Amino acid sequence: MNKTSITLRECAKTWPDGTRALQPLDLRVEGGEILALLGPSGCGKTTLLRLICGLEHSDTGGKIFYGQEDVTQLPPEQRGAGVVFQSYALFPNMSVADNVAYGLRVRGQDAASRKRRAMDMLALVRMQDFAGRNVTQLSGGQRQRVALARALAIEPRVLLLDEPLTALDAKLREHLRVELAQMLRELNITTVIVTHDQDEAMMLGDRIAVMSAGRIEQIGTAEALYRQPATDFVGEFLGTLCHVRAVVEDGLLAPGASELAFRPHHAVLLAPQPRALQARVLARFFLGDTVRYELALPDDQRFSAVAPADSIHQAGDKVSVKLIQA
Amino acid sequence: MSRLHSRADTRLGLAITLAVAAFLVGPVVLSILAGLTKNYFVGLSSGLTLRWVGQVWDMYDGTIWRSLIVALLTLFICLMAGVPAAWVLTLHRGRLARAFEELLTLPVAVPGLATALALIISWGTVRGLRTSTLFIVIGHVLFTLPFMVRSARASMTGAGLAILDEAAATLGASRLQRFLTIVVPNARPGILTGGLTVLTLSIGEFNLTWLLHTPLTQTLPVGLADSYASMRLEVASAYTLVFLLMLMPLLVGLQWLAGLDARRAAANTSA
Amino acid sequence: MQRRGWLVFAAPAAALFLAFWLLPMVELALRGASPVDGHCAYLTVVTAPRYWRSLFNTVALSLAAMAGTLFISLPVGRFLAWHREFPGRRVLVGLLMFPLSFPGVVVGFLIILLAGRQGVINQLSQWLTGDSLVFAYNMGGLFLGYLYFSLPRTIGMIEAAAMQLDASLLEAACTLGASAWRRFADIELPALRPALIGAGAMSFATNMGAFGTVFTLGTNIDVLPMTIYNEFTNYANIPVAAALSIVLGLATWLVLFVAHSLAGSNDRGAGA
Repeated sequence: MNKTSITLRECAKTWPDGTRALQPLDLRVEGGEILALLGPSGCGKTTLLRLICGLEHSDTGGKIFYGQEDVTQLPPEQRGAGVVFQSYALFPNMSVADNVAYGLRVRGQDAASRKRRAMDMLALVRMQDFAGRNVTQLSGGQRQRVALARALAIEPRVLLLDEPLTALDAKLREHLRVELAQMLRELNITTVIVTHDQDEAMMLGDRIAVMSAGRIEQIGTAEALYRQPATDFVGEFLGTLCHVRAVVEDGLLAPGASELAFRPHHAVLLAPQPRALQARVLARFFLGDTVRYELALPDDQRFSAVAPADSIHQAGDKVSVKLIQA
Repeated sequence: MSRLHSRADTRLGLAITLAVAAFLVGPVVLSILAGLTKNYFVGLSSGLTLRWVGQVWDMYDGTIWRSLIVALLTLFICLMAGVPAAWVLTLHRGRLARAFEELLTLPVAVPGLATALALIISWGTVRGLRTSTLFIVIGHVLFTLPFMVRSARASMTGAGLAILDEAAATLGASRLQRFLTIVVPNARPGILTGGLTVLTLSIGEFNLTWLLHTPLTQTLPVGLADSYASMRLEVASAYTLVFLLMLMPLLVGLQWLAGLDARRAAANTSA
Repeated sequence: MQRRGWLVFAAPAAALFLAFWLLPMVELALRGASPVDGHCAYLTVVTAPRYWRSLFNTVALSLAAMAGTLFISLPVGRFLAWHREFPGRRVLVGLLMFPLSFPGVVVGFLIILLAGRQGVINQLSQWLTGDSLVFAYNMGGLFLGYLYFSLPRTIGMIEAAAMQLDASLLEAACTLGASAWRRFADIELPALRPALIGAGAMSFATNMGAFGTVFTLGTNIDVLPMTIYNEFTNYANIPVAAALSIVLGLATWLVLFVAHSLAGSNDRGAGA
């Protein structure tokens, strides 16, 4: 529905005590796209989100555009960004329906149309039966859906979600992730999601921006970031990376001094081969779908390999390692 | 966070806050000045003097000593009765225990007048009691005990002493031993704060004391009321100044303890 | 249960309370039922116009002072909660909280210094207009005294409650388009309501039972504590004094009980 793009130019954020939360950056989120901001805590992703919705102001020189409109000076009340907070921030003195309708109430809509829209939004998130309840009686997953309905009720130009699933327990999170992904794609609003969970980012985002120490390290589709990480940080953040000093000859790990980086399931274990390095299996962990090995090269460099569940190698075996690009 | 509140909001808040501070502190400053000025009507230009303070000491030094003695006796009884009671209330959290704690605070909720009247008609006829300092001490204990109990209990609960007590029991310590060697030392912050509170409240107590006192058992606040009614402004002010000076170290002590508490709590959460 | 063995440790406190408060209170209550002018004193107390007037004055003045206190503490409490760091804050808070431990007697004296015959206000008004403005020795002075006594407490309670307000609620309202006024009315006030009720009830109950302040300002101000005192000391009318005390005691306890359940704290500190 809403094809407003978000453009940031030269936006940075420095706190009063001098710490730099964000280095000057440019960012463009296309209309209708879902962008995931992924990174460890303290990397600046939440600050970036707050900048976009107006709860923080960029250092001088930064500009933010919603579509063609320069919103840099607009206060959050007037930007029209729908925000879902990490703690959901539902108003405890109002019922579920009143919470959802609040944004419409402050815009002066009459009670009847407010109620209709609120019920529509609640139906969208499948919470219509809870309309009259007080929000303090809701579970975490239910609150999350109400918070989403509230943000959507005002027909926002952009939708911003701050760690929408972090406050929930693991099983619920997995289930809601799928639901949220489907819902967001149907809504077709320009969306920015902040998360520190790699799986969440890969599932929910059309593109992912990996952040570290106030910078965007790399931005691209999940596949692009996974297969071709621009930096070690990105590689480590999206999956695991092993580092060894060796060379690759005929696809096998052989003695040498190159800096190699590879993913554990790109390392295939074979019977010892001539002229290839012989690695010793230190430990074997059966994980249900796969088997994970911890190995050591003759010079004691450690790395991991992930193999199918029927893999036969045991601790103490000597193996050679073949690197594949899957 | 400051962007969540408009500048007008902040300015109004600051203005009212400053006005209230002036209202509260202004008269105190006046009083202190009046107590140290040669002549209040003439003002500061008449010069500063300690004459009024001296006069207060001559006339009312008995009240000052008596207030101190009453406060210390009150503290002693509160410690002996209140700290063990606080421990029992820490261990027992049932309805009966909580009702008991509520009961203990009744003398605070009910006006001091009523408590004093009740004491007089019940015990006022006991020979020797009515005219003794002990009568006043009893009234003060009733009024300050809940504060000691509450403060000590908060400390005992916070330090998880119930479990420590059980551990000591398995090691063979008797109840009295456990109380004296485990409970009391670990509840020291609460006991200290409670103690300072008791002293402060006792020194300033008037409602109960006015009804309970006799001309021979006057405390400082009773003397203050007397001076307000019959002495010249400078003397009354000097007397008030002496009272404030007595309170000062107690208040500073309480503030300092509160700061210690906050720092300790912060250290515990960040550890 | 092993814990039962500890009960004896509470015996001293229980004995003190029983002997010196509970039983005497019961006796006071019984005295209040003894006859005065042919009726039981309780009946006299609630029917005689003399006492009704006193009761009415006390309630009206206490309510008015409570309203004034809340009206002033709200902006101050909010201001202190939202601005936690600025030069001079410690001093400012210290000045506001300093009078917390003043007994009512001293507060009365301070009001006299402010609004009495030799008070600042009188001197100012004589200097400005030539008329004298003295109101310490009547209801006006008592009103000021109630304010003076309650303000440090209520400001502290409101500040504590305002600090606990979740900022993300206000931010959420912000993003939904609510102006500063709407955020205050729709989000802040409802959240502060329990604290306001608690502080108001505490202030009201304290005002009702204030004796020291009235005593210093003048024994002719017609409020209940003064009436009780006069009945007892000047007329030796113990049944009426007892009845009035019980009624006053019940009323203040009830109000504080409600405050306790709503705001969670029962601090009255020094008596007024």
